[in-house]
Amino acid sequence: MYEFNYQKAGSVADAAAKVAGADDGTLMAGGMTLIPTLKQRLAMPSDVVDIGQLTDLQGISVADSKVSIGSMTTHDTVANSADVKGAIPALAVLASGIGDPMVRNRGTMGGSVANNDPAADYPGAVLGLGATVVTDKREIAGDDFFTGMFETALDEGEIITRIDFPVPTKAAYTKFPNPASRYAIVGVFVAQTADGVRVAVTGAGGTAFRATEMEAALNANFSPSALDGIAVPADGLNKDIHASAEYRAHLIGVMAKRAVAACG
Amino acid sequence: MPRDDGIGAAVRRKEDFRFVTGQGSYTDDLNRPGQTYAAFVRSPHAHATLNSVGTAAAAGMDGVVAVFTGQDLADAEVNGLPCGWQVHSKDGEPMVEPAHPALAQGKVRHVGDAVAVVIAETPGQAQAAAEAVEVDYGVLPGIGNMTAAKAGKAQVHEEAANNQCYDWELGDEAEIDAAMAKAAHVVELPLVNNRLIANPIEPRVAIGDYDTATGEHTLYTTSQNPHVIRLLMGAFVLGLPEHKLRVVAPDVGGGFGTKIFHYAEEAIVTWAAAKVRRPIKWTSDRSEAFMTDAHGRDHETVAKLGLDADGKFLALKVQTDANMGAYLSTFAPAVPTYLYATLLAGQYTTPLVYANVRAWFTNTVPVDAYRGAGRPEATYVIERIVEEAARQIGMDPADLRAKNFVAPDAFPYQTPVALEYDSGNYAGTLEMAKTAIDYAGFPARQAASKAAGKLRGIGFSAYIEACGIAPSAVVGSLGARAGLYEVANVRVHPTGSVTMHTGTHSHGQGHETTFAQVIAERLGVPIENVDVVHGDTNNIPFGMGTYGSRSLAVGGSALAKALDKVEAKAKKIAAHLMEASDTDVEFKDGQFTIAGTDKSVAFGDVALTAYVPHNFPHDELEPGLEEQAFYDPANFTFPAGCHIAEVEIDPDTGTVTLANFVAADDFGNIVNPMIVEGQVHGGIAQGVGQALLEGCVYDEDGQLVTGSYMDYAMPRADNLPNFTVDTQVTPCPHNPLGVKGCGEAGAIAAPAAVMNAVTGAMRAAGVTKPIDMPATPSKVWAALNAS
Amino acid sequence: MASVSMTINGKQVSGEVEGRTLLVEFLREHQRLTGTHVGCDTTQCGACTIHMNGEAVKSCTMLAAQADGAEVSTIEGLANGDELHPMQEAFREHHGLQCGFCTPGMIMSATALAKRNPSPSEADVRHWLEGNLCRCTGYHNIVKAVMAGARAMNA
Repeated sequence: MYEFNYQKAGSVADAAAKVAGADDGTLMAGGMTLIPTLKQRLAMPSDVVDIGQLTDLQGISVADSKVSIGSMTTHDTVANSADVKGAIPALAVLASGIGDPMVRNRGTMGGSVANNDPAADYPGAVLGLGATVVTDKREIAGDDFFTGMFETALDEGEIITRIDFPVPTKAAYTKFPNPASRYAIVGVFVAQTADGVRVAVTGAGGTAFRATEMEAALNANFSPSALDGIAVPADGLNKDIHASAEYRAHLIGVMAKRAVAACG
Repeated sequence: MPRDDGIGAAVRRKEDFRFVTGQGSYTDDLNRPGQTYAAFVRSPHAHATLNSVGTAAAAGMDGVVAVFTGQDLADAEVNGLPCGWQVHSKDGEPMVEPAHPALAQGKVRHVGDAVAVVIAETPGQAQAAAEAVEVDYGVLPGIGNMTAAKAGKAQVHEEAANNQCYDWELGDEAEIDAAMAKAAHVVELPLVNNRLIANPIEPRVAIGDYDTATGEHTLYTTSQNPHVIRLLMGAFVLGLPEHKLRVVAPDVGGGFGTKIFHYAEEAIVTWAAAKVRRPIKWTSDRSEAFMTDAHGRDHETVAKLGLDADGKFLALKVQTDANMGAYLSTFAPAVPTYLYATLLAGQYTTPLVYANVRAWFTNTVPVDAYRGAGRPEATYVIERIVEEAARQIGMDPADLRAKNFVAPDAFPYQTPVALEYDSGNYAGTLEMAKTAIDYAGFPARQAASKAAGKLRGIGFSAYIEACGIAPSAVVGSLGARAGLYEVANVRVHPTGSVTMHTGTHSHGQGHETTFAQVIAERLGVPIENVDVVHGDTNNIPFGMGTYGSRSLAVGGSALAKALDKVEAKAKKIAAHLMEASDTDVEFKDGQFTIAGTDKSVAFGDVALTAYVPHNFPHDELEPGLEEQAFYDPANFTFPAGCHIAEVEIDPDTGTVTLANFVAADDFGNIVNPMIVEGQVHGGIAQGVGQALLEGCVYDEDGQLVTGSYMDYAMPRADNLPNFTVDTQVTPCPHNPLGVKGCGEAGAIAAPAAVMNAVTGAMRAAGVTKPIDMPATPSKVWAALNAS
Repeated sequence: MASVSMTINGKQVSGEVEGRTLLVEFLREHQRLTGTHVGCDTTQCGACTIHMNGEAVKSCTMLAAQADGAEVSTIEGLANGDELHPMQEAFREHHGLQCGFCTPGMIMSATALAKRNPSPSEADVRHWLEGNLCRCTGYHNIVKAVMAGARAMNA
């Protein structure tokens, strides 16, 4: 690691000010991505501003058919929250499959969403549920949030404070993990919502995306068989030593069917 | 009544208290007073000329004590790293043996090849200065695999024409071709034995220290064989005499072969510590380990098996290409030759076997022994092609094997590939394994899987290995540059407690318990009163270390010999005390007695007498009770057995689930069944890892693609089932404990068993073209959907 | 440099650290608690697992400064003198360790599981240990040990 100045933020506003005041400041949530990146000397920030411990940004509440989760809520908290399990069990399932128990004790939802790793799970839920990302400056629709690989609609220094997830009629998340890293090779989040079916795919492309053809088919008939014959094009999907683009395209279909089946 | 701490008892391990309480003492846990830290500048290129290495900027940075380059080592007459085994090509020429400088000189030859070392006050300062070393690389085309090496895409070493290290053979090719021409069936199978990275969870660490008062150099290192490192580093690299060089390998966090070898970092910290007159510590991180620890396997083979009309094996012909990597690691040349081709008879009476092995240089990390070393590769060839033959001729794979087994009464059995098997009962372990997995019930389980939309397969692997390396004269004649005996010293203290010093090294094997059990059994002392010491060349007379499942077979035999000497001397002392002839003295359960009398002396009294020799046979004996033995084995040992894997494949995703795995092994006599089972479990996990998960990938140009656990799939708890393991005992007839060795069996047997199951399941779905390891979901899915 | 203080195994400690000082470095090098190990640099092997404020975390992926004010427990704090903690005893009894390098992390992870699930099934244990790599045991005996240790802890 290169040396940096560690600063603990006292509040969201303080964090924003500290990042703005630094030569090259970066926010740190749980640190589960940032610290390994620093250890590999792949980043050289002047200042690391820690917002992970801000209690204002932690916690879960359910009201008005939505689940609001503070951005610094850990994956473990989400996975084990009775509120989340009651309202959107698929979200608890998703959180319970991120990393491992120790990572889930530190890693946060906001950190994952802001980082937008193409193989992360949470972007699937944000898109799949049509969530709203609330920041210290504004509200951003989930559909507008993920703009590219490791890129989001967040401005420099903008801080996610919470994410509001509308409660769906039913939903499920199914993930096919990378055999080595256990990140998603393909993850599919399927939700039946008041505004229709949403199918979000993570892991397969540069950033999470919605499978609109599948959504249309499921709107007509919400059953796994409705997805028969819908071939996701492999063009533009990720490829690496673990999975070709064609395999990922195929897995999208398999995971989507399994997610629909899991919706019950 | 057998002892509860003697031979055969599942004694809980003596070493565990320190490990479960966090008090193990691993190399990185040690700090020397005034210690500095080393960081290496490593090549990011697979192949490049070193046009210049600029160290001035780095040398001037905060905390930097020194910077050394390959030129500095050359100027100081530090030699390159030696290779411990010379193989000759079939034309009689010795293998091409290029220099392996500890820091690159003129050229770098793999990603991670060390160019310079920075020594600084803190690890952070060392790392920062290492980044400031200015290296001008002239990038050359890189060779990432053997195909590119053969094609001559580049020249890794000037002296190795076409990048070939050797072209070796065993057997008579004309004879085998003639036999093959007469065979009723000939089965041909191309096979890839995937490149692996050993990945002990403890990364390598080396600390060099120099005592200016005595002139003694000390190296603390994560090694499986400290004396071998002292020999190689002292005699060949640094020119230091043994009495001024101490090598300490304290608790070591797993080895699996990759900690056998002498590495550049060991020599550099030892040499540089004397230069800077400060201790120097180097701790590898995992990323560095991936590009510097010797890798394993990496064979490409075409095998041909000829059978007669009844299914008797007539001939096996094997053509193998073996990747040596960029340099020859310590035992690399022996692995695909003498540790591989000599095992190609397997458990079978195949009368003719021929192997041609060509070894190649590539721009990759050196490849050397990894758990099993040659024998997993041989087993994979034999057991895959036998299974394939059974499928092609429509015979039950268990029956085909049984038909060709060496019979239990045929021992000693001379194979056509040099080895003489000492004992065994291969049908016995086959039947044990079949029963354990309920082979008869497989069709019903397969049908149930099919009904659930899954494919199910079952696969056998009837393996044999040669362990207990090795008879020194034999290996010497085959090119080994060392003897492979072992050493034990038994020191009985005045009050009867015992310290044993062994030249083997325990890095998970539990020697502190197993050897203590042998001593407790023989001397009748409680195991609490026995300590086993290893890992320090200043404490241990000599030794060759631990690898090749040799510790009990060779080191335990040395111990048995030393115990013989202790007992013989103790009997004489006891005879003197009892005023009898030593030939009349019996020793049992810690008591010396004279048959037919009520005279007896306890072992502790004899020990005390030996050190307080007031009433002592001084004319005949010296005081004291301490004996030492070197044991050079008469033959290899031949553990063997049968492992069976059952898998289920999800055809929608290609995911292979290991549904069941059973092992029936014959390790000869067993000292601690709990430890033996643990060794088998661990070996199976590594074998299953090779078959289903692990694979080191280089791109064509020699860039390492699997450089961390993000891409190199390590077996985790949820990848594996519980294993069913059992043993049969056919004692080794030529060593005193009758033991054969158990450390590698799982890694040797499991890959073929799993891949036979996977390919069997796929065959049931109409896919007859076998896939190679690792059978990852994407590969299985692609094969199932290829048609 | 910044000063941090925390409770480690019931003892209040403090020290001066750089911003980049990892918690595991603080434990191993500053406090000389070398039972916590480092086996990888990508937050996967789990050899560095400790408890912070009662939860298992990977101390290689935390800054020491992040643990300022926290209650930390490490493998060294588990036994009561010569009397092993039930999970340590279970690892010994069931031969759940060989080289011992992953063991401290395994045991710390396992005790965290046992606090949540007093009677975990084999599948529960295998799933929970996703973040702890062992290269020696094939996990077979670790799984047995964790199941037995959890029951013993909650007996």
